[in-house]
Amino acid sequence: MSAAELPSFSTGRFRAEREADWIAFDLLLTKLEKRGAKALTSEELLRLPILYRATLSSLSIARATSLDKALLDHLEALSIRGYFLVYGVRETRWSRIRRFVLYDWPAAVRAVWKETLIISLVIILGALTSWSLVAHNPEWYYNFVDESMSGGRDPRATVEFLRSTLGHGKDGGGEESGLHVFATFLFTHNSRVSIMSFALGFAFGVPTMMLEYYQGIGLGAMLAVFSSKGLGFDFGGWLFIHGTTELFAAALSGAAGLRIGAAVVFPGARSRLEAAAQAGKTAGKVMVGVILMLLVAGLLEGFGRQLITDTMLRYGIGTVMLLFWLGYYYVPRRGDVA
Amino acid sequence: MTAATNARMRAASAKKVREFVTPEGVDLQLRIASSGLRLGALIVDLIVISAVLLLFSIFMAWVGFSASGDIAVMIWMLGAFVLRTFWFIGFELGSRAATPGKRLMGIRVVARDGGRLTADAVVARNLIRELELFLPLMMLGVGTAEDMVSGWTVLAGVTWSLTLSLFLLFNRDRMRMGDLIAGTWVVMAQRAKLDSDITATAEAGAMRFSDAELSVYGIFELQELERILRGRDPRAMREVADTIRAKIGRPVAEEDDVFLLSYYRQLKARLERGLLFGKRREDKYASE
Repeated sequence: MSAAELPSFSTGRFRAEREADWIAFDLLLTKLEKRGAKALTSEELLRLPILYRATLSSLSIARATSLDKALLDHLEALSIRGYFLVYGVRETRWSRIRRFVLYDWPAAVRAVWKETLIISLVIILGALTSWSLVAHNPEWYYNFVDESMSGGRDPRATVEFLRSTLGHGKDGGGEESGLHVFATFLFTHNSRVSIMSFALGFAFGVPTMMLEYYQGIGLGAMLAVFSSKGLGFDFGGWLFIHGTTELFAAALSGAAGLRIGAAVVFPGARSRLEAAAQAGKTAGKVMVGVILMLLVAGLLEGFGRQLITDTMLRYGIGTVMLLFWLGYYYVPRRGDVA
Repeated sequence: MTAATNARMRAASAKKVREFVTPEGVDLQLRIASSGLRLGALIVDLIVISAVLLLFSIFMAWVGFSASGDIAVMIWMLGAFVLRTFWFIGFELGSRAATPGKRLMGIRVVARDGGRLTADAVVARNLIRELELFLPLMMLGVGTAEDMVSGWTVLAGVTWSLTLSLFLLFNRDRMRMGDLIAGTWVVMAQRAKLDSDITATAEAGAMRFSDAELSVYGIFELQELERILRGRDPRAMREVADTIRAKIGRPVAEEDDVFLLSYYRQLKARLERGLLFGKRREDKYASE
């Protein structure tokens, strides 16, 4: 083929003209990925969008004119990488965390208040059911509470033993280390139950409500056993110190699941997928909060409850925690975005 | 290979491509990651997590912290939970939106609506992993722990939970439950090196092919030839060169690489000129 036959546009020349831009963009992206936006000078930052657009335009031209597979693949990969870096990173992780704690987390919890109320009622209903059943016939207790969870705290136990499980007149020493393991087990167990009740929400929220009801049942059964031995008030304190945080977290996780379930059943004007995705984002924020709350509850349970044995003080701490969470979530604040 | 299989292959790869238009109006044509890559990434991540835990407990033992077994048990229970939960979330919040396993497989997480991948979406999709991974195991555990549950009940439970876990096999976007809830996709994000332009270097003693000789192949064959040329495997080159020679009726007269390179250059120039005139000949079965 002679030179005269060649079209004036050639993909070889196209590449030779633009290749420097692609290489520069590639280097810039690598730097951005490795060391973050702070590593770039202001001149480089200004060049970033220009190079990005140049690469995208090269991709469009190459797709229409070039048959060089390696070139096309490279431009495609480079454009995708560039797109997600240019449009993806808008704030640092630190400011993300700050915004989450200050605004997003409480706003997400406020957004699911209806679901929170419903789940709270479900838990209370579960507690009332098992309480009334066990109070009338202690045999019911064995149907409600798992052997491994009860640890000997059942209707057959003596008052002394039950009192010792509440942290009064404990022998101390020997069982101390075992308790830590138990507390850790409780934290991971509770977190997993919470995550499950959230994650099962998409099944129209039914498994979520069942899980929460079951949680209430365990609670009510224990309450009935202790109050039948005249330890109701002490048990309340034992439960209250971490229970306000833990049960609140449980209710919120159920609420998050229910929100997703409701979105799937009643998507409104949106498509079901879209509705589920939107609800999932709110619920996801709530769930991070729930895990943090469970961590606090675990600390209160593992340390607070072992160190503080006075029942009134336990009630006091539990109430303060409850007020703290309520205030944090529901008191409106300045600069709120949601 | 026939025209039909060729077309089927093209249709199959087109099925994996999703339109993804940037604000500049360019379609990035993201490719959905296959389920095999997803599984591979998960396995790599789980292995790395257990390795980290193992190293951590060895370190603790070395420091002399865990003289008693209790602390070790605590570390494993708490550490496994925290690592499992925050490993995925932490890495996917980074600028590459991929865990080490995903990075190794060349895939990443992307918001389905083309917007920014938000933290809540990452959290939501990863918390649901807990359900997908552990619900089947839990169902099995419950079944073995409680005698009153019959084998059939266990089977039903496991099957039900497996349909949740294997949800990604049942939709064409390969979304797991978590992706569905969070509004995300997992797509290919492989890097491709900018390979040299094999048509650029000027050649001496190049062969000349007539129009009739060049008109036997289309774009598919051109790009296969490019793959062979970049691979530089002498045996493959010999085979391809012999096939082309037989097809266009040329005697074996010159080195394979010289022959193939000249043929590739002229075929590419011819087909690209066709592109400029709006003619795209997909493969040798398509008409001119």
